[in-house]
Amino acid sequence: MLTADKVLDRYYLDVRCMLVEIAATLDRHDRAVADDAADSARDPRLDKVYEALAVLAEGSSTADRSERLLNMFSDLD
Amino acid sequence: MQIIQPHYHAIARTAQDYERMAMSGVVAVAEPAFWAGFDRDYPETFLDYFKQISEFEPTRAADYGIRHFCWVAVNPKEAENPVLSHQVLEKMPEFFEKPTVLGIGEIGFHKTTKNEEEIFEAQVELAIKHDQLILIHTPHLQDKVRGTKRTLEVLRHMNVDPEKVWIDHVEEHTIRGPLEEGYWVGFTLYPITKCTPKRAVDMLEIYGRERIIINSSADWGPSDPFTLQECIMDYRARGNSLQDAIEVFHNNPCRFLGQNPKFDIKPIRVQQEEVAQPLGSAT
Repeated sequence: MLTADKVLDRYYLDVRCMLVEIAATLDRHDRAVADDAADSARDPRLDKVYEALAVLAEGSSTADRSERLLNMFSDLD
Repeated sequence: MQIIQPHYHAIARTAQDYERMAMSGVVAVAEPAFWAGFDRDYPETFLDYFKQISEFEPTRAADYGIRHFCWVAVNPKEAENPVLSHQVLEKMPEFFEKPTVLGIGEIGFHKTTKNEEEIFEAQVELAIKHDQLILIHTPHLQDKVRGTKRTLEVLRHMNVDPEKVWIDHVEEHTIRGPLEEGYWVGFTLYPITKCTPKRAVDMLEIYGRERIIINSSADWGPSDPFTLQECIMDYRARGNSLQDAIEVFHNNPCRFLGQNPKFDIKPIRVQQEEVAQPLGSAT
């Protein structure tokens, strides 16, 4: 297993890239909504995305974020 | 579709790249002079490098039906050594006479130091004196904003024609300044550290396609020349026509690079465009 520092050394830029990609996707969606007045209903998939981002934004958490996100995106009923 | 790969470091790539690029529509590449991964000690090493990209690489590309053009320069990283840089600059004009050399690039900032600025200014002056096109690298990651701002400040005090300057590697946070000041800008598709194909298409949607060049910057690091084709696919999937794609990925490079008459590939128009099924519409 890598040390905490080495994890960031190795994966920090990956994380940066993925976060920017998420931001760009949300921007893309916002622009599309602004362009299409008829498309006013909020898509429930977007709520899932923001819910997932809230999990990632927790300052301290247990190391099971990926499992929680995958469950969040699953039909569990 | 015919594609131009405007920023491609061929000396770091294999012939397989050329073969696959040819098979996927690439008709020409342009190779800027860049950092070799280590700092060179002798001016002659640069001169041999310029000879390689201006004499040998065109023959390697020609085996696959691809036209190869290049730029000469002291790259921003090695500009930190002004003595060596000035020695290289003295000899650089000899290469402007070569039939495939398009101008001076890539120059600019790496860490935005005084030495880098001195050599950047000297190379811009050289380009103006010899009426050469200019290709400017902007720094990576956390250094990009500061380096891009300083690039624009330096250029404002020099007598450059913005139409003849291409400021490369812009992203969402650095595109506006160069475009507003009349320069050409480049989006560099690069895994992890620069722009992704989808974000490049976003910027095309926001800023239009005028004075924009898209390139993959394939080099000796983790890079992939076929991110350009990935970008074209996403651009088409968002409803843009074949002609729209040709305007961005073929004709815009022709318009900028063609300001040097040595680049004689002309913009093209599709005579009859088939109405294709939009990507992703099949059930």
